[in-house]
Amino acid sequence: MTVDGTGLGQPDESDQGTPAATEVGGAPVTESAPDGADGPDEGAHGPDEAPFGFPDRLWRTIAEHRPPGLPNPRAFRSPLRGPWLTSVFGFLLLISLPLVALTGLLDYIAYGPRLHQSIPGNVGVLHLPFFNWPTRPVWLFQVTEGLHVTLGLVLVPVVLAKLWSVMPKLFTWPPLRSVAELLERLSLVMIVGGIVFEMATGILNIQYDYLFGFNFYTAHYFGAWVFMTGFVVHVALKLPTMVRSLRSRSLLGELRTPLAETEAEAPDADGLVPTDPAPPTVSRRGALALVGGGSLLVAVLTVGQSIGGVARESALLIPRGRSYGDGPTDFQVNRTAVAASIEPSATGPAWRLSLVGGSNEVTLDRVTLMAMHQHTADLPIACVEGWSTTQRWTGVRLADLAELAGVPHPTKAHVQSLEGGGGFAEAWLQSNQVLDPDALLALCVNGVDLSPDHGFPARVIVPALPGVHCTKWVRSIEFVR
Amino acid sequence: MTGALTERARRLYGAHPLHLLSLLASFALVGYAISLLGVHSLWNDRVWWQSIIVWFLGAIVLHDLVLFPFYALADRSLGAGWRAVTGRAPQATPVVSPRNYLRLPTMASGLLLLMFFPGIIRQGSGSYLRATGLTQQPFLGRWLLLTGAFFGISAIAYAARTITVRRQRSGSPASDPVVPSEDATPAELLTHDGDPQW
Repeated sequence: MTVDGTGLGQPDESDQGTPAATEVGGAPVTESAPDGADGPDEGAHGPDEAPFGFPDRLWRTIAEHRPPGLPNPRAFRSPLRGPWLTSVFGFLLLISLPLVALTGLLDYIAYGPRLHQSIPGNVGVLHLPFFNWPTRPVWLFQVTEGLHVTLGLVLVPVVLAKLWSVMPKLFTWPPLRSVAELLERLSLVMIVGGIVFEMATGILNIQYDYLFGFNFYTAHYFGAWVFMTGFVVHVALKLPTMVRSLRSRSLLGELRTPLAETEAEAPDADGLVPTDPAPPTVSRRGALALVGGGSLLVAVLTVGQSIGGVARESALLIPRGRSYGDGPTDFQVNRTAVAASIEPSATGPAWRLSLVGGSNEVTLDRVTLMAMHQHTADLPIACVEGWSTTQRWTGVRLADLAELAGVPHPTKAHVQSLEGGGGFAEAWLQSNQVLDPDALLALCVNGVDLSPDHGFPARVIVPALPGVHCTKWVRSIEFVR
Repeated sequence: MTGALTERARRLYGAHPLHLLSLLASFALVGYAISLLGVHSLWNDRVWWQSIIVWFLGAIVLHDLVLFPFYALADRSLGAGWRAVTGRAPQATPVVSPRNYLRLPTMASGLLLLMFFPGIIRQGSGSYLRATGLTQQPFLGRWLLLTGAFFGISAIAYAARTITVRRQRSGSPASDPVVPSEDATPAELLTHDGDPQW
């Protein structure tokens, strides 16, 4: 039965007028065309009958030199493959990936490109219109980044399924019959390389595995633009095919079709439908349920890192599902005091906060800060890895400190840490981020002093600000008029 | 007139001129993105495999020429191996094909390994410790427990299915070898091995 070889069965098929052709209601199965004789063996496949473009001799030569060992298109026998199934996956990605892209681009803005602290720095025109990242709603960054990471992870099974469904096209021969096909194949490098690259770097980054070695932000950002470019072109070129294919079968009908009645789709010009389909081992609805189940599994195992609370423990396989204990400071740590080389002596009684920007520098010790008006707010810490945790912070309002420094209406502020180096030993805050009534220099969390890992003696916490800009172990704040 | 021109372009180029224009626009935009990044940034002189361009193109190679053939072959081997076993002892052929009951937990476990292997194999333990103050110790055990649960649930489902089919069979004429259910008959599953399928 399994004719896996060189297509020996083809002459028979054309002689007998192919039973398959009558089954699909007289759809033009042109296998019986006589030109099959002088073409290459695989010439029986639909797309191979298209004419060659210019330079015709080149494409013909390529067509005649099929590399040995290339899987025969007939080796792909899954009866589920076909334009309808591919289009269903494509449609799912068409509506979901723009959301991943948009939240990613928003998070670039959240880092503060106007304050020159978004990474990469120079993105030319490749960005959303800049605006001052708001401080309200306080969960804004939690939601944009959480959505970006969670949705990105949840789509992994859909992307794998989509790629599986079009895999025969990778091995069709000839691969090219015109300049148009050459360019289109090149554009597929953008979309396939782009999506796998973005997912791989993102997945490694949220697990603190920097195997790739290059700067994550830079590569992920420009990689996203390459992908988005390929995506837009692919959608533009394939949208009519997708719509037509989706209409070729009824989704409800497929959901009612059991395995025993599952049949291959009608032969298509792209050669996704196998010429010699194997009997199905899974129904089409089963395949859809499988992909959906994979996404659901990933969702259940990741969303807890963003939601927090009791759900956190369901994030079994990622860093931010871990518990630190039950104490008031036992919540997610990002960069430990040891890793940041914070000397205990520097955070002891000798520690001073210096406020700069006014006519005189103001220096405060922790006792004085504790004696100032204390404000308490429930605010999330949310990170680029998609996780977040909401805690009750108490400390001095940044607005009060600005006033004390003699700059009650700063245009921006520069916060510096005791941390010697590293990318986030300092951060700039926008005016609205200093003046928000819940923007704090936190001294306590959940009713107790900050722990060393959470930034003792004092840390910044600002609503909707990315976690890495909520500077820990604060040494000085400069308020700029 | 324009129609004829378009037709001529289509014959030479292979598609509508709009196809060409949109692709050229996209290549230009990618070129612009690379120029912002700096061509030199694509390549790492010291560690070649930690280059952006290697990862970008390597992503395609790893998916198309490693991951896909790997799981496709694994699935084929599953079918072929099963055929070999049952071929020797046809009388022992089970009433329900175990194929999907093996595939499903394998895929679930494989998906989790594919996505969360850094913690499972403790890769990047240094940066993990610096960021979180914890170790990656629990992940391997958790993944194994999840894997065990997937196969365990699948085993229970398979047992339940087998019992149901047996009961249905004993209720219907005994001579009928076809399983009156959603499942394909074992014979069908075993004689036709498909290719990489879900």
